[in-house]
Amino acid sequence: MPDLANVKAEDRLIGRYPDERGHFGPYGGTFIAETLVRPVEELRDAYERCSKDPEFLAELDAELRHYVGRPSPLYLARRWSREIGGARIYLKREDLNHTGAHKVNNTVGQALLAKRMGKTRIIAETGAGQHGVATATVAARLGLECVVYMGAEDIARQAPNVFRMKLLGAEVVSVESGSKTLKDALNEAMRDWVSNIDDTYYIIGTVAGPHPYPMLVRDFNSVIGREARAQVLEQEGRLPDACVACVGGGSNAMGLFHAFLDDADVALYGVEAGGSGVETGKHAAPLAAGRPGVLHGNRTYLMQDSDGQITPAHSISAGLDYPGVGPEHSWLKDSGRATYVAVNDDEALAAFHVCTRTEGIIPALESSHALSYAVKLAADMRPDDIVVVGLSGRGDKDIQTVAAIEGIDL
Amino acid sequence: MSRIADRFAALRVRNRTALVPFVTAGDPCPAATVPVMRAMVEAGADILELGVPFSDPMADGPVIQRASERALAAGMDFGKVLDIVREFRADDAETPIVLMGYLNPLEAAGYAGAAERAAAAGVDGFITVDLPPEEADDLAREVRAHGMDPVFLVSPTSSDERIARICGEASGFVYYVSLKGVTGAATLDVDEVAERMARIRRVTDLPVGVGFGIRDGASAARVARISDAVVVGTAVVARVEESAHAPEALPGVLAAFIGELRRALDAATS
Repeated sequence: MPDLANVKAEDRLIGRYPDERGHFGPYGGTFIAETLVRPVEELRDAYERCSKDPEFLAELDAELRHYVGRPSPLYLARRWSREIGGARIYLKREDLNHTGAHKVNNTVGQALLAKRMGKTRIIAETGAGQHGVATATVAARLGLECVVYMGAEDIARQAPNVFRMKLLGAEVVSVESGSKTLKDALNEAMRDWVSNIDDTYYIIGTVAGPHPYPMLVRDFNSVIGREARAQVLEQEGRLPDACVACVGGGSNAMGLFHAFLDDADVALYGVEAGGSGVETGKHAAPLAAGRPGVLHGNRTYLMQDSDGQITPAHSISAGLDYPGVGPEHSWLKDSGRATYVAVNDDEALAAFHVCTRTEGIIPALESSHALSYAVKLAADMRPDDIVVVGLSGRGDKDIQTVAAIEGIDL
Repeated sequence: MSRIADRFAALRVRNRTALVPFVTAGDPCPAATVPVMRAMVEAGADILELGVPFSDPMADGPVIQRASERALAAGMDFGKVLDIVREFRADDAETPIVLMGYLNPLEAAGYAGAAERAAAAGVDGFITVDLPPEEADDLAREVRAHGMDPVFLVSPTSSDERIARICGEASGFVYYVSLKGVTGAATLDVDEVAERMARIRRVTDLPVGVGFGIRDGASAARVARISDAVVVGTAVVARVEESAHAPEALPGVLAAFIGELRRALDAATS
């Protein structure tokens, strides 16, 4: 096991990024309209205070334990691993969290922050609806007003989550501009924020946006990797050979990767949505097929045309359907610390079925991308090798999508 | 001196507040824009703000968002925006043109190339909505190197310390965004604007323009007395939208509106 004490200070990644202005190498930063500069600075200061405040940290810890249900298990997919005949596959079960995905780790943290800042109104963007549900949930619990922006396209394909948000007391606003998906919902939430900065807190759902969001959302999700690292040490007596997680904006992947960044022998794989195939142009894989640019407050890899216009993303899973990616992933890609690959819709769908049938776990279509790649990876590894996969959410929300693809009328 | 500085110097002598209309380049079609620009100058516009369309205009309200969508659907890109400027410059060498837009199209073009091409086409300044001074060094350097002005925004939430910093980086003029919100939002509070203008003027001798919330002659007149320039965006673009089906009518429609604003400004400052 690599000993952290042996990692030279200048080579250490944890705690070194971002710099004080939010840069991860050339990525990240604060590319926002002037009106948002003050609220973003206030957020940065509040987070800096809270992240060092034992009382805040204790409250967060208690929420994660008693409300979210942490720690989530690290589960050995014994039967599936045996069938593959390669490495042992462990699933980090974020699907067992309250609300069914990793998203709640972040919303619990940010809602506590909002409360500390005296904000009374919460806004959020959502794609698949998981972040919207996780936000509406914590807003209900803390008695805060909640407005969720969701692309009209996504509202049509994620009706159960829309209803869940409404049940929780949130107002769901249909976004009709642009491609009517996650990126447009984010634009609309930013417009709301700039118009209501005095009382409103914007809970961004992924490791993107202006500094400090990429850092803050990573930190709140890094509990995933901290737990997984301790659990694998306890269960196997050593660190894994690889960690695999799906990447849309990249919050669950950053959450899993972060604790392992300085473990040089642990390979990190981020799996983007290849849609119909990266070569078709219909995908959501900016790291695999995009180039750096500036969107939503940060510099990062983006899907864009030669004029710098953002091109629409395509994926079977609404949660990966985003043309950008968190800036820290861009940095991990360029620095070579993590490897990014793409898995197509049909491959993810196949993994969805195999996981369901073999392990009795219905995974989210997002997570199915990671599962698909993990299986390919594990097949070429030895039986005593270990792969940890981020099972970021449960697939109940996706059964209508899967049924529709397979021509089944529910 | 840049065209922008020349223009403000000339207006000051005449005690005239600059009228600065905004249109999105290529809205509703590329051929419509140059005739609209000429008509607006003819009717009393002093400086033109030309919007560079972007797929994700986060700081804009629905009216300007739709203008961007129309222009992109009509095939606009950064190169074609510069073609429009070049064509306009063929018979107007004096009216300053400021490009207003978002950073990513400039990132895609490359800052140095974008600045060089823009200067050659006859552009005088850049307002980049999502580029606060903290991140602006590289672009501002290229813009200045080609004799143009990087124009920065000051908002109601900017502290005195930030106002000083922003004014230190800016040239041409300073653009005070008079509302917390997106373009085309509510009406503005003139007393609050006046108080902010005083704070800005304490730290800079640059002309100060006011935009956001100015929708007609009456609101323009109220701001005219306290500012060097009045920027009118959404109200202009809304008129473009109303006549989008008949682009040949646009010069007449906009000339009438700009004329009304001009008369209101002149009446307020005489």
